[in-house]
Amino acid sequence: MAEQNCLVANDWICGEYLRSRSAELTEATVQHIWITAASVLIGLAVAFPLALLARRGRHFAGPVLGLTTVLYTVPSLAMFSLLLPLFGLSAALVVTGLVLYSLTILVRNILAGLEAVPQEAREAAKGMGYGPVRLLWEVELPLALPALMAGLRIATVSTVALTTVGSLVGKGGLGNLIEDALPSFFKAQVLTASVLCVLLAVAADLLLLGVQRLLTPWTRIRTPAGAPPGAGPAKTEAA
Amino acid sequence: MGVVEEAWVWLTTGANWSGDGGAGHRLAEHLYVSGIALAVACAIALPVALYLGHVGKGGGLAVNLSNVGRAVPVFAVLALFMMTPLRNSGYLPTVIALVLFAVPPLLTNAYVGMTEVDRSVLEAARGMGMSGAQLFLRVELPLAYPMIMTGLRSAAVQVIATASIAAMVGLGGLGRIITAGFNTYDTAQVFAGAVLVALLALVVEGVLVALDRLLSPLRRRRTV
Repeated sequence: MAEQNCLVANDWICGEYLRSRSAELTEATVQHIWITAASVLIGLAVAFPLALLARRGRHFAGPVLGLTTVLYTVPSLAMFSLLLPLFGLSAALVVTGLVLYSLTILVRNILAGLEAVPQEAREAAKGMGYGPVRLLWEVELPLALPALMAGLRIATVSTVALTTVGSLVGKGGLGNLIEDALPSFFKAQVLTASVLCVLLAVAADLLLLGVQRLLTPWTRIRTPAGAPPGAGPAKTEAA
Repeated sequence: MGVVEEAWVWLTTGANWSGDGGAGHRLAEHLYVSGIALAVACAIALPVALYLGHVGKGGGLAVNLSNVGRAVPVFAVLALFMMTPLRNSGYLPTVIALVLFAVPPLLTNAYVGMTEVDRSVLEAARGMGMSGAQLFLRVELPLAYPMIMTGLRSAAVQVIATASIAAMVGLGGLGRIITAGFNTYDTAQVFAGAVLVALLALVVEGVLVALDRLLSPLRRRRTV
């Protein structure tokens, strides 16, 4: 009974809130995770061909990089509002908006990674009889992986944060809880959802860091004393 | 098709621009909030980044901070502020949230700019007998200047785009035009609001590019 009081007193931290609304919190977190995961995966699937296209030459690079940069200046609030006539109040709307945002970072980083592949490595592979597909898949992609993963981490972390804005159409994961709590000044709900959101971002970042280490074991072997070169070109223009 | 024309009509109707909730006032609010946030963020981030870059320490901090900055959900930060007495302090919650958002890119870019200055140039300057302060003012700062400006430009664009989120918790700015249009199913007004924010971001970016050209310390030497 004493614990019930923290809901009545509207405390910032409330154990009773966590207990009584655990189903609601879990549901929001799960929605947050799948919206983020779907957006980043689709973003990656779209960004990769775009980066390959941009690498073909300046005719393609200009429009691709220009378009993805302009998309980034559209405020998220406006992006979700403008997609409304196309998708209605659905999760597809939020995912589409987030995919468009992730493209800026992903295309730039994939391109930077592919362009940083040493020419000698390419020529050696060609000399060994590698075709273009095998060259891309077995030589260029692994060498571009650190930069690609750096971009993926940035895109994922910012997508986790941006998903909250999806509460505008009722599909914002933890953002929904924040939005619902605003009119009644429900402090415990706002704080809990915000903390969970930041924790999600940190967890996603660490998970991807682990995946990167698993996928690129050679980056650790070669430089035992020096700094790990995994960070890649972190200073994209949208840094 | 129709939406673009209707948005144009909305933008060219004088009545939509006047009054307390009009586009004129919202634009002023937006500029005021973004400008102050950017200035405060510069005042915090640049001295720290330039000092760390000059001393050559704290690289991990600079890079990690830029990643942490992306994890900050501005909407959640604003909502947290609305739960405190700060909600009655006008634009302060928006400014604080935007400062938190703008410091990381400014700090990281300025720091990277400082550390990317060619070591041999630094050694030559030291060999010529420059003191630490001279080295900083006459060698490091001019060479780091392009990266610092890149950071400032991207921070400015992001701050202006993000300031519209303040409308989600009922605070002022151009976002209010978007949310008002959203609530009344007025797509033309939403589009008009979005165009205004994007235009503002592009204009500010253009002004900063022009300023950059005008102020660049290497400007006169470039033509040689």
